[in-house]
Amino acid sequence: MIDILIRVIIFLVAAPILGGLLDGLDRIISARMQGRIGPPLLQPFYDVSKLFQKQTIAVSKSQSLLIQMFFFTQIFTGCLFMAGFDIMLCFFILSTGATFLVFAGAVTHSPYSSMGASRELLQMLSYEPAILMTCLGFYLAAGTFKVEELVLSDYSLIVYLPGFFVAYVFSLTIKMRKSPFDLSTSHHPHQELVKGITTEIGSRNLAFYFITEWYENIFLLGVVALFIINKNPWSILAAVIVVLLICFLETLIDNTSARMKWDKMLTLTWIVTLVSAGTNLLVLMLIK
Amino acid sequence: MAKVKRSPWLLHYDGSSCNGCDIEVLACLTPVYDAERFGIQNTGDPMQADILLITGGINAQNQAVVKQLYDQMPRPKVVVAVGVCACTGGVFKDTYNILGGADTTVPVDIYVPGCAARPQAIIDGIVKAVELFQMHMDNHEEFLKNPDEYMRKNHPEVELKKGDE
Ligand code: SF4
Repeated sequence: MIDILIRVIIFLVAAPILGGLLDGLDRIISARMQGRIGPPLLQPFYDVSKLFQKQTIAVSKSQSLLIQMFFFTQIFTGCLFMAGFDIMLCFFILSTGATFLVFAGAVTHSPYSSMGASRELLQMLSYEPAILMTCLGFYLAAGTFKVEELVLSDYSLIVYLPGFFVAYVFSLTIKMRKSPFDLSTSHHPHQELVKGITTEIGSRNLAFYFITEWYENIFLLGVVALFIINKNPWSILAAVIVVLLICFLETLIDNTSARMKWDKMLTLTWIVTLVSAGTNLLVLMLIK
Repeated sequence: MAKVKRSPWLLHYDGSSCNGCDIEVLACLTPVYDAERFGIQNTGDPMQADILLITGGINAQNQAVVKQLYDQMPRPKVVVAVGVCACTGGVFKDTYNILGGADTTVPVDIYVPGCAARPQAIIDGIVKAVELFQMHMDNHEEFLKNPDEYMRKNHPEVELKKGDE
């Protein structure tokens, strides 16, 4: 019980710090890829601390509440994950939380955030199959949904689940709202979509949104690590390396691709999910 | 508190400019000048912006838009007029549809002259604006602590509306 509590507290404190640092690193690497020097590493923290000090203007009364619900559910997901609960449960709560964000965008009635909200729903529709398949894969490979038992398996689960890994990483680009799948909030706001779902979210609410995103990213990368970690403690190091590589890959994809249309995104993700995770599933069912 | 000035987000609005100044504003963000080094971001969203950067003069059609953008920005905020057009109306001053510089519509804090304003001058202007922004921010803290007191002391002429933060 105590060790669960300690893990959760570590997550609560460390996740936003790590998430912010990863965000800063992402911005620096992006800038270098574009031949610029880029902002300081701590820039995301400066941004958030500024946002907390600005006047709060909420377009609709319920907006702040919805953003806070989004904030708490996403953190709760991460806590459950760190406490070693059911991975399926984590993802269901994550998706439930994501709908709060959709509502927060939709209540404002601004054309940009409404468009962002409906696109966010389409994004959920795209990545949800891959994520459910991933849970299923974990169960078939290790015979359990429980995170605390998954990390103690004999071999790294990626050995059984390479196809699932590909599908999951693919859907990670959508989940992290990176180009070419930044349909709901464009990364660079001086575009036709403005800021998409977050257009009408400013000051304190935007700061909450950023912190939530950091927690969410750390949880999602934690699932990447789950593919690697086994009962050998050295596997944690391997997991960290893989996670950093995936982060770099996401930045690279982000900087080298233009935004896709939603129908292309939907077909592409589903095809990748069906082909790679589906084939893996068939093989796994035959050999197990 | 010192952190605040490291993250100024710009909202760039093109009034009736000839686009000369706009191109210089965009040049500030390219690799040569790389304004993101100072945390400066060009956002298109008034709700998230700290500094309103106006190029070009105000005409009858965009006056309402500029006003709206200014009103949508959360306090504290700073307005920078870039180029002589935005400062005074410039070469278009006497045209039938031009009302004048940006200060005919919103309170301008910093004027960046030039036709077109050079990127160096624009970045200088933004740096000045950031200092001013920081000052407003510090006062804003004081203001938030006790709005009535602050307004009575610093702006006795303004009547504080109910619900104002
Ligand atoms: S100041 Fe000169 S360059 Fe700038 S908008 Fe006016 S005419 Fe164009």
